[in-house]
Amino acid sequence: MLATLLRPPPVIARMVFFAVLFGVWEVASWLGLFSRFIAPPPSEVIPSIGLLYSDNELITRFLRTFGEVFAAAGIGSGFGIVIGWWLHHNKTAGRAYTDWFAAIAAAPLVLLFPLFLVLFGRNASTIIAMGAVAVLPAVILKTKEGLDHVPTVFIHVGRTFGLTRWQQMRLIMLPASLPTIFTGLRLGLVFALINVVGVEYLIGFGGMGLMIAELGDRFEVAGMYAAILFVVLCSACFFWATARLEKWLLSTR
Amino acid sequence: MTQTLPPTLISRVMLYRVTAALVLLGLWEAAGASGLFFKGVLPSTLLIGKSFLRLMGDTLFWSHFNVTLFEILSGFAIGSTLGIIAGLALGMNRYAGHVLEPVVEYLAATPKVVFLPILLILFGIGVGSKISLAALSCFFPMSLSLAAGVRGIKPMFLRVGQTLNLTLLQRIRMIYLPALVPPISTGLRLGFGIATVGSLLSEIKLSNKGLGHAAMQAYARFDIPTMMAILIVIFALAGIGNMLIGRIVRLPGPHTRHNAN
Repeated sequence: MLATLLRPPPVIARMVFFAVLFGVWEVASWLGLFSRFIAPPPSEVIPSIGLLYSDNELITRFLRTFGEVFAAAGIGSGFGIVIGWWLHHNKTAGRAYTDWFAAIAAAPLVLLFPLFLVLFGRNASTIIAMGAVAVLPAVILKTKEGLDHVPTVFIHVGRTFGLTRWQQMRLIMLPASLPTIFTGLRLGLVFALINVVGVEYLIGFGGMGLMIAELGDRFEVAGMYAAILFVVLCSACFFWATARLEKWLLSTR
Repeated sequence: MTQTLPPTLISRVMLYRVTAALVLLGLWEAAGASGLFFKGVLPSTLLIGKSFLRLMGDTLFWSHFNVTLFEILSGFAIGSTLGIIAGLALGMNRYAGHVLEPVVEYLAATPKVVFLPILLILFGIGVGSKISLAALSCFFPMSLSLAAGVRGIKPMFLRVGQTLNLTLLQRIRMIYLPALVPPISTGLRLGFGIATVGSLLSEIKLSNKGLGHAAMQAYARFDIPTMMAILIVIFALAGIGNMLIGRIVRLPGPHTRHNAN
C-alpha cells in the first residue's frame, strides 16, 4: 500500500509532477519571489488560452500552421521518396550521395532561412520551403534504408512469379519497406513542425509562431506564455499521434 | 567503406560526385543569370568568394564571430552538463525514467526558438538570452541520448559494482562513464549542432552582435554575397565543431582501454 502511494503508476506520477510544478510556480508568484511581469502565475496563463481563442484567432492560426506543415511534408516527402528510390535503384548514385544527404541531415538547415527569404520573400512560400527542406533528408535516407533492407527472398519470389518492375515495386518493395519509410515521414513531420513554427516566429508571418511574436512584441506576457504553452502542447500531441500511428503501422506489418 | 570497393566503382562514385557538384554550381550560376529572380538575389559564386575573402580580413566580422563562438560554447557547456546530469538521473532511476522521460521526449520535439521571448524577458537582449537558448536546445538530445545509454549498460557490470560495494561516485566513474562514451559522443554532436542553431536563431531574431545579426544586417542592405559568405562560415563552424567533438570523444583514454579489456 505504502509502496503504491510512494510509487504510483507513471501517468499519475507525471500528473502529480505537473501539479506540484504549477503549484510551486503559483505560490512563488503570489509570494512575490519573482515579478508577475516576468513569469505570471498559471492562474493567469491558463485562462489566457481562452483569450487566444477569442482575441487572437487561435483556430485560424492553428490551421494555417498545420496547413504549412502538411504542405511542407507533402512536398518534402514526394521528392524524398523519389530521390530515396533512385538512390536505392542506382547503386553508384547511392554510394555517391547517401553520405551527402546524411551530412545535410546533420546540418543546421534552418539557418538557411535568410536565403529562402531572399528567394521567395516574406510569405508562406518561404515557410513551406523551409519545412520541406527539413523533411527531405530524413525521408530520402529512410526510404533508401527501407528499400535496401527488403529481404531478398521476397524479391526472388516476385521474380519467380514473373512480376514486372512496376508490380515488383507496388506489391513487394513498397509494402515491405513501408514501416521504415513511415519512420522517415514521422521524423520529417516533426522536423517540419519545428521549422515551420520557428520560421513563422522569426519572420513574423503565418500562424502560431507569428502569434507568439505578436504577443511578445505587445508585451502581453500572460498571453505570450499561454501561446507558448499551446504550441508546446500541440507539438507534444503531434509527436504522440505520429508515434502511435507508426507503432500501429509496425504492428500491422 | 570505399577501400573494399573495386577501383572502377570508386572512380564511378567520384565521377558522380564531381558531376553533381559541377551541375549544382552550374544551376546556381544559370539561375542567377537567367533573370527568373530579381537581380542580385542569386549572386555568382565568384562574388560570394570575394565577399568571403573580404570578411576574412575584416576585424568587425571576427568580433561577430567571437561573440557567436562564445555563445555557442557557453550554451553547449551548460546544456550538455545539465543534460548529462539529467540523463544519468533518468537512466539510473528506472521509475524516474518512466515518469519523466516521455516529458523530456515531447519537449525535445518542440521548436525551442518559441521559448526565446521568455528568455529575452529573463536575460535581456544580450548574450545571456542566446546562451540560454543554446543551452536549452542542447539539453534535450544530451539527456535523452545518455538516459538511453545508461539503460543499455549490461546489468552484469552493475551487479559487479554492487558486489564490490562501490559508492555512487565510484560507480559513475568506473562503470557508467566508460560505458557511456558512445551515447555521450552522440549527444554532444547532436547538442553542438542544435546549440549552434539556438544561438544563431536568437541572434537573428533580436541582437546587435554575432554572426546571425551580421547575416541579417547584410540581408537588410541586400548585400547577398556577404550574407551567403556568412552562411558558409556558419555551416563550416557547425561542421568543424561536429567533427572535432567526434574526434575528441574517440581519442584513446580510459574508456578505450576498458572496452579493449
